[in-house]
Amino acid sequence: MSGARDTILGSIRKSLKRGPLSAEQAARLEHRLKTPRANVIPARARVSGRRRTDLFVDEAERVSTTVARVADAAGVPGAIASYLAEHNLPATLKVAPDPALKTIPWSEKPVLSVVEGRGEDGDAVSVTGAFAGVAETGTLVLLSGPEHPSTLNLLPETHIVVLRRDHLVGSYEDAWALLRVMGRGMPRTVTMVTGPSRTADIEQTLQLGAHGPRRLHIVLIGGAEDDAE
Amino acid sequence: MQITTPSFKDNARRALGDSDLRRALDNMKTGFVGKRLLAVERLPEFDALRDDARDIKEHVLENLDAYLERFEARVKEQGGQVHWCRDADEARRVMLEICRDAGARTVTKSKSMIGEEIAINEHLEANGIEPVETDLGEYIIQLRREPPSHIIAPAIHLSKEQVADAFRQKHGQFPGDRPLDEPRALVDEARAVLRQRYFDADVGITGANMLVAETGSVVIVTNEGNADLTMTLPPVHIVLASIEKVVPTLEDAATILRVLARSATGQEMSVYTTFCTGPRRSGDADGPEAFHVVLLDNGRSALLGGEFHDILRCIRCGACLNHCPVYSAIGGHAYGWVYPGPMGAVLTPGLIGLEQAADLPNATTFCGKCEEVCPMRIPLPKMMRYWRDREFEARLTPTLSRLGLAAWTFLALRPALYRVATGLVIGILGALGRNRGRFRRLPLAGGWTAARDLPAPQGRTFMRLWAQRRRGRP
Ligand code: SF4
Repeated sequence: MSGARDTILGSIRKSLKRGPLSAEQAARLEHRLKTPRANVIPARARVSGRRRTDLFVDEAERVSTTVARVADAAGVPGAIASYLAEHNLPATLKVAPDPALKTIPWSEKPVLSVVEGRGEDGDAVSVTGAFAGVAETGTLVLLSGPEHPSTLNLLPETHIVVLRRDHLVGSYEDAWALLRVMGRGMPRTVTMVTGPSRTADIEQTLQLGAHGPRRLHIVLIGGAEDDAE
Repeated sequence: MQITTPSFKDNARRALGDSDLRRALDNMKTGFVGKRLLAVERLPEFDALRDDARDIKEHVLENLDAYLERFEARVKEQGGQVHWCRDADEARRVMLEICRDAGARTVTKSKSMIGEEIAINEHLEANGIEPVETDLGEYIIQLRREPPSHIIAPAIHLSKEQVADAFRQKHGQFPGDRPLDEPRALVDEARAVLRQRYFDADVGITGANMLVAETGSVVIVTNEGNADLTMTLPPVHIVLASIEKVVPTLEDAATILRVLARSATGQEMSVYTTFCTGPRRSGDADGPEAFHVVLLDNGRSALLGGEFHDILRCIRCGACLNHCPVYSAIGGHAYGWVYPGPMGAVLTPGLIGLEQAADLPNATTFCGKCEEVCPMRIPLPKMMRYWRDREFEARLTPTLSRLGLAAWTFLALRPALYRVATGLVIGILGALGRNRGRFRRLPLAGGWTAARDLPAPQGRTFMRLWAQRRRGRP
């Protein structure tokens, strides 16, 4: 469809009353793209340390995400087991093949049965890591890849995210900066998740669990100890 | 979809008499309007963000050709394909071809206003491919075979009883006497039915809230998670986006996201915001094998740089609908095509022609609320006025209004005559109305007095009163 492409670009230029950008103008745009500049960042997002953690937890809870805090990876199986028991959920976990999750001593809680893989219909509970948590709105940033199949975020009834406290950032811009530092470009999907799936399409009444998970639970590692900072 | 915009007045009259519709629209005030206000109050920087969002989009529109080329190059680098389409016809053809190449029998779709604009569902159906809408509201209206009535809440005109009826009729697989009184039961039933459809689909079609030139990513925002399932499970993903959706960087996208959900539903952030970049990578356990972006113009490039340029900043948040006294009274169907409310009154004449949509720029009280809440600071009332000017020039304004305007112009340009004429009319009306103090019916103003009385004037014009007061007499 090169005909259509040329027509559309031509029509845009005609309306803007100019030809293609000059080399100098094009270089200026390229510079704007290469050195991304943040726009206004809300003051709320510019916090650190304990205040950032508190903000993240508060904002997450406002959107019906639940948060449990544990001191270290060893505390994760216990926290998950008691969450599942409390909500009467099956103790069968579909866990992302994430190296960070492999260090969790699952066997210390024999009631949990752990299977690795992608998400499938009928999965009750998934466990994944997260690239970052954004305090501004209690938002999780999840990257797709071999260690994090995106179906795990979508198909199970309950999604549990294991997040390290030092992966918390203030603003979305902070998360983009981290992503650029990694230097691996854009993953296939970057999904920002703010609470469990919901709909208000029927008479504007809010219902959780429209197509995605009905429950979103975060186990935050490292929250309990270093609150002093 | 069939355009009923030319019969706007009849549509509106019918809507005003529909008490179910009024009740459904009332939900909007506590829902969208109240929640937006709370979200805005929580964010002191909201207005500064609106300025930034406007400036970003303005910068993009001025450089739209360059940003589109840049976006296209990035998509191709990641193994995706970009299809440029001048009009609805071309877009339908391209999409059908992709579906046929994939051997598609069913496609899942997440809500896309541009999909409505090009009537893609009808086209696929006519060619033996079944489209399945997955946004709950959109699914409901697909079952009822009616168009959306709101750009972000397509089924806002329906009651839960009407939804239950549609489910009972179309979901024959469940027992007929199952309880469907509560929204919860309806949501669960739709979830169960649609879950299977995601897995059966051969192609997933989504819209796009933004396109990012920096990375070649498509940004898709939902609350339900239906777009993510639609783009993840089938082997082919088609993104349908109009050309003005591009933004430069991830930072710019973040700024627009901060105003989008707050303006739309009053959420701080929608539940799922996915930046989707190309097809499945090696080592990925899921995701589509093929990734197509259909870039649609359909009249937009011609709006650039002219009187209606600013509407191209629109991010389809729906705030102008939610706050519009006209939309709140008649709902979206009366507008007769895809885009209702103030943004529709400006955009629709630009896309389907002023002859068909001549009533829409007049369906306004000019209260200015739409511009006041628009996150992209689009001067909607001003642009409705531009359309009215064009109507007048094109002689589309009804004869009686033209004559009235001509008579008024004649008088207004002759102050002495104006004073005499108004003095006479006011004097006569004042004398006639002295007893009752109001008029229940007036010749030539039957439409106005049908719903209210005209208070009788006091017998003297404002100009006369003013002059008397200045002379120090009561
Ligand atoms: S015109 Fe403004 S308020 Fe209306 S939908 Fe577009 S962005 Fe939202």
